[in-house]
Amino acid sequence: MTTAVAAPRPSVVSAPVRPRAHWQDRIAQGLLLGVCAFLIVFLLAPLAMLLVKSLQDRDGVFVGLRQFQEYFQTPALRQSIVHTLAVAGTVTAVTIPLAFTFAYALTRSCTPLKGTLRVIALTPILAPSLLPAISFIQWFGTQGLLKWMLGGASVYGPIGIIISSIYAVFPHALMIILTALLLSDGRLYEAAESLGTPTLRKFFTITLPGAKYGLISAAMVVFSYTVSEFGIPKVIGGNFNVLALDIFKQVIGQQNFNKGAVVSIVLLVPVLFAFVVDWVMQGRQQAQFSSRAVAYAPKPRRWFDASMFAYCLFICALLLAVLGMAVYTSFIKLWPYNKSFSFAHYTFGLVDAGVISSFFNSLRMAILTAVLGTMLIFGGAYLLEKTRGVRGLRALIRMLAAIPMGVPGMVLGLGYIFFFNHPDNPLNGLYHGMTILVVVTIVHYYTSSHLTAVTALKALDNEFEAVSASLKVPFYKTFFRVTVPVCLPAILDIGRYLFVNAMTTISAVVFLYSPDTQLASLTILTLDDAGEIGAAAAMATLIVAASTTVCVLYAIVTRLLLARTQAWRRPLAL
Amino acid sequence: MQFAASKSRWYKVALFALASAIGWSVPALAQKTELLVYTALETDQIKAYEEAFTKANPDVGIKWVRDSTGVITAKLLAEKANPQADMVVGVSASSMAVFANEGMLQGYAPKGLDRIVPAYRDPRNPPEWVGMDVYGAALCFNTVEATKLGLPKPESWKDLTKPVYRGKIVMPNPASSGTGFLDVAGWLQMWGDADAYKFMDGLHENIAHYTHSGSKPCTEAGAGEFPIGVSFEYRAVTTKKKGAPIDIIFPTEGLGWDLEASGIMKTTKKVEAAHKLMDWLATPGAMELFSKNFAVVAIPGIAKPLDFVPADYEKRLVKNDFAWEAKNRDKILAEWTKRYDSKSEPKK
Repeated sequence: MTTAVAAPRPSVVSAPVRPRAHWQDRIAQGLLLGVCAFLIVFLLAPLAMLLVKSLQDRDGVFVGLRQFQEYFQTPALRQSIVHTLAVAGTVTAVTIPLAFTFAYALTRSCTPLKGTLRVIALTPILAPSLLPAISFIQWFGTQGLLKWMLGGASVYGPIGIIISSIYAVFPHALMIILTALLLSDGRLYEAAESLGTPTLRKFFTITLPGAKYGLISAAMVVFSYTVSEFGIPKVIGGNFNVLALDIFKQVIGQQNFNKGAVVSIVLLVPVLFAFVVDWVMQGRQQAQFSSRAVAYAPKPRRWFDASMFAYCLFICALLLAVLGMAVYTSFIKLWPYNKSFSFAHYTFGLVDAGVISSFFNSLRMAILTAVLGTMLIFGGAYLLEKTRGVRGLRALIRMLAAIPMGVPGMVLGLGYIFFFNHPDNPLNGLYHGMTILVVVTIVHYYTSSHLTAVTALKALDNEFEAVSASLKVPFYKTFFRVTVPVCLPAILDIGRYLFVNAMTTISAVVFLYSPDTQLASLTILTLDDAGEIGAAAAMATLIVAASTTVCVLYAIVTRLLLARTQAWRRPLAL
Repeated sequence: MQFAASKSRWYKVALFALASAIGWSVPALAQKTELLVYTALETDQIKAYEEAFTKANPDVGIKWVRDSTGVITAKLLAEKANPQADMVVGVSASSMAVFANEGMLQGYAPKGLDRIVPAYRDPRNPPEWVGMDVYGAALCFNTVEATKLGLPKPESWKDLTKPVYRGKIVMPNPASSGTGFLDVAGWLQMWGDADAYKFMDGLHENIAHYTHSGSKPCTEAGAGEFPIGVSFEYRAVTTKKKGAPIDIIFPTEGLGWDLEASGIMKTTKKVEAAHKLMDWLATPGAMELFSKNFAVVAIPGIAKPLDFVPADYEKRLVKNDFAWEAKNRDKILAEWTKRYDSKSEPKK
């Protein structure tokens, strides 16, 4: 009884019978406390160190809300807020249906080449973020081939920000929605079919409600990501002011950390809003995937499959066109005046700019981030969703896990300097090492990984835990024997997601690397700064190639793993 | 039984991951005196300078942290409570003035300081920073696009306010870029507030957009995105040498400028090695290396004329007061932002 109610409804009236905590519950709670401590030390404390500066002036004197007052009086601010919300709203409204349809095609149709489509859909995170910016300017800029499509409007401004952001967030949204759609109970569809339910009705009564949590999480991630991303508006935004750019101007342009902290706090408002939505939705989600569930196996339907395949091909063609333009740039001498073929950018980037050595640092960092991050994030999400007791702690962790997506990496990176470089911090030995780069990257990409894990776990019936508990099987046995195998696709997705993001991350690590931990993504940024666009594109292409290779190897390994653990849903394995 | 096997496998994976995490994060140990130097120099310059220095001083090694001026400055200020760097090399004098005001630097008079032009060093004695070379404003003018659009070649700043250039000019935003700030500070010091703002009002009408990097306007001009970019001469020369069809224009009225400068962090424990590097940076030999990239270096008579840079370049620089700049920076940026930064739509 109590177990059935426990996890997904934190806000219901407290259970009338309070079960005595078992020692195994204590272990789970201890581990949960560990997760919470991690997030406090590596997320909350560094942020607090920076945010407290919003109440001080430049000399560190406490001035209350004066910085806020000054900032709110700037005429540009209102404009920044309106712009930010308009852009983020548009991006969310476009991206979610696009990603949902794509995920729907991969899970509910018999589209061919699912694995390939999946990997292509991931390409936007395989590439460093300045690559799409270079590419969109070359497609739609003054010299662009497709400039006519904008009908005289300039790509520098809201148009550029919106298309670049949609490109960048598409895979983030897809990962969460895919997880939601993948874990649905085939029996519901069978039952509906035997009752002769029309397709549309099945969609609205089975598919959509089942994916609701995933959809909302994805929307929240897309929105927060767009709000906090400054790299895109910086390159392609023209004079279009957004909040994230205000932080850049304050922190990098004027080294005014106090004002930067003020803007960071303003930026956290949408994130808190998203968290409240998430909180409200928490209680409403019902596990669709009961212990008796059967994986849904789509049956071939010619026209439906063909149209879905056509849609996926279309999206993939768009994604590849972005990548393709950058690859093309890397092989020509000088855009747009000398389009003769040349390898010069590759030799220049690898040898002169030293990308070879920084590449191995990146690889090391990415592997560590993927392995340790997946263990921490999935383990944490499991403890959060499937074990009992300590409600307050759970609420706190949920909130902490929602924060990183809304914090610009630059803010996180600076916070790390203030916190970990403080002479009185016992952890300051971490500063300037590889560990801190790994940790900051895990924290930076925590939210979408966490939401993927939670979406996967929510779809699983708590009955598994209830049964194991009544059979006196400790929770960790259930975890390794049931949860991990069932959720393996999501776990592997999280690992891959962390890996590819770590290969290309810039904003947080730019403040934290040392001469021994120079990363390839930063070297590429340097090349772009110096106007070596060809070389920057060339090195970005190499990173994409390397990450793709890793993804393909990974796919082969996971296919073997999945073949063993996912035999029960063979028709679906992606 | 089957479970026991799978459990131990998971544990092994976890242990392996942890062990490798620990193994990989142990920092490398230094052997000789290694200076940790924060810099905004270009990568190829770093290589040349380091090679020459370590040849003369084999007992001192250099580890570089390189980034754009804005990031390096922010990083140094954020680390103020517990500075990591031993020295700052090749960072703008306006940033050095900020570090000096924050009490982060220590004074040191390198050997041969008297050879350095007084305007190119910190006026304090001993100086807390010493200049290496000068970089100043320059226009990148794309001749191919200008011909297409029928644009005349501008010669002066005032030319840029002509209506023919509407929507054709890109300039760095002074609130995000040091190069943008040196332009604005140059105009203000050259013409006084009233005239300078009148000029900027006119210029603003013609600006396509303000960028967030000082190099970007020139690379955008080089790629034909916008025909005219307000940038600095080093980037203009490198862009032209790469083959971009640009002419480099040095507006006749005068050029705002800044220095690349160096200084020693107050907190360094490697004072002796830091002195060696400071001494070397002030030698004629080092200046000769700087002069390969810059037309004006801190010791007179060394620089040879550079391709595309006029011989009288130094005479065209405006009178620049770093102390005045540092004092008025916030005020100038607030005024500039109020006037020009809140217009959203780019001009056509």
